[in-house]
Amino acid sequence: MSILVYANTAINKVHKSAFEAVSYGAQIAEKSGDKVTAVVVGNADNLDSLGKYGADNVVHVTSDKLDDFQPNLIAEAMQKAAADNNSSIIIFSHDLSGKSIAPILAAKMNAGIVTGAVDLPQTDGDFIVKKAVFSGKAYAHVKINTATKIISLTPNALEKKEFNKSASIESKSYELADSRLKVKEQKIQSTDLPLTEAELVVSAGRGLKGPENWGMIEELAKALGAATACSRPVSDMDWRPHHEHVGQTGVAIRPNLYIAIGISGAIQHLAGVNQSKVIVAINTDPEAPFFKAADYGIVGDAFEVVPKLVEAAKAMNHD
Amino acid sequence: MKILVCISKAPDTTSKIAFTDNNTAFDKNGVQFIINPYDEWYALVRGLELKEANGGSVTILNVGGADNDPTIRKALAIGADDAVRINMEPTDALGVAKQIADYAKENAFDMVLCGKETIDYNGSQVGGMVAAFLDQPFVSNASKLDMVGNTATIERDIQGGKEIIEVDTPFVLSAAKGMAEARIPNMRGIMAARTKPLQVVEPSAFENTSEVASYELPPAKGACKMVSADNPAELLELLRNEAKII
Repeated sequence: MSILVYANTAINKVHKSAFEAVSYGAQIAEKSGDKVTAVVVGNADNLDSLGKYGADNVVHVTSDKLDDFQPNLIAEAMQKAAADNNSSIIIFSHDLSGKSIAPILAAKMNAGIVTGAVDLPQTDGDFIVKKAVFSGKAYAHVKINTATKIISLTPNALEKKEFNKSASIESKSYELADSRLKVKEQKIQSTDLPLTEAELVVSAGRGLKGPENWGMIEELAKALGAATACSRPVSDMDWRPHHEHVGQTGVAIRPNLYIAIGISGAIQHLAGVNQSKVIVAINTDPEAPFFKAADYGIVGDAFEVVPKLVEAAKAMNHD
Repeated sequence: MKILVCISKAPDTTSKIAFTDNNTAFDKNGVQFIINPYDEWYALVRGLELKEANGGSVTILNVGGADNDPTIRKALAIGADDAVRINMEPTDALGVAKQIADYAKENAFDMVLCGKETIDYNGSQVGGMVAAFLDQPFVSNASKLDMVGNTATIERDIQGGKEIIEVDTPFVLSAAKGMAEARIPNMRGIMAARTKPLQVVEPSAFENTSEVASYELPPAKGACKMVSADNPAELLELLRNEAKII
């Protein structure tokens, strides 16, 4: 038996979320004694690192049909890899690629699936996976009833563990159906770490008064090594790019630290960030709802507080 | 152009989340239900815009009990032509997707549209599963959809950016922010919705592949620790030495 992990790549690199998924699979395998096989589609120059996080072997699927993101075809390749490796558990990252591929595979294999897992499965007796539901306001413990089980792991939900194995790499070319979907144009807005995988996030809202004031937010993010994000009105007014919008309709994130500056904390915004491990709110209004969801707060004017934070963060980096 | 829009019923965003029956069931008491926002604002409205521009029809599909009918009528009030309810309490996404696919197979739609996820289960599962059952291409997290003849030009979210793709009908699409603007039903729409056809179909047989064993609320958040605006450096000290995250 084996545990199969889809290791997502972008711009010639295996993603951080893929290493988390591999490490998650390897932690399940520690108990079950299964072998961990990582499947990589497309080119990546850091395949060796998959062993570090627990892969015993890597199946590198090569097909020119997979040059573009083709969820249907990747699901087909994963189904073949699962058959080759006699896989009983298949793991994805719950990111934009996993959200596309995992459900297709579940339907093709008639396998029970839990998307957005936040913890290791409980395997004594029933096979139960914990996931966030109601936009982060609760958790569900979901029992999978089928022999083949598919899980997608929420990025940054679990610390990735190192196993320091040396994984063998094998190239495979699977016979795949013809693609019916043609990619015409790619608009990659950021080659930085995607927001969903960032451990630290500095986010700002309408309280910043205009896009010209984002310099200090970017400076603070840089000093902390954090990604930047924003609230819905800010992205709707085009002060910041759409992919930075976190909240109910934007992306949901789960960083270790979320610093909200000049964001009141409407329930729709909180739905996208309430899974963060530590939340800091900085707002002029002491009654802002964000202070109820935050662990730390500063009541004050962002234009005075943030520059001081930047200085303090820089000083800290020099220590 | 024949369009099928799948809608789910979800508790309003501001609902208080609580559980009953020893934490095995969602407490519906006092909860206002709405059409899942991604299904309504993006999938349904874009479907209606395409119908208005190109002709054709928009059919609503929901899997659920009779208590979902008011939610379905709202989708009809917004402008859908007719609706189908598959009479089954949904238990897992695969079961729901199978019912949708069985219906769609018999009725040959040009496209099946749904939201990118529901705001209650947050699964992002049904669209991809329907596509697999129908053996059609799946385009997820789409933020724009335009049709010329049988060819769709779609913008979809990918890691770190967007991508523009082309696909011929039939296909299955999950809709994200950007597809369309929410529409508020007018009085004429509400009146018309009362008499639009709502067909109830009995489900086909299937077995649950997964089920919720129990729910849990997160531990209550402690009080927010306040730091003086005069000394923001203290915040970083706390984040480093107390929270140990920087």
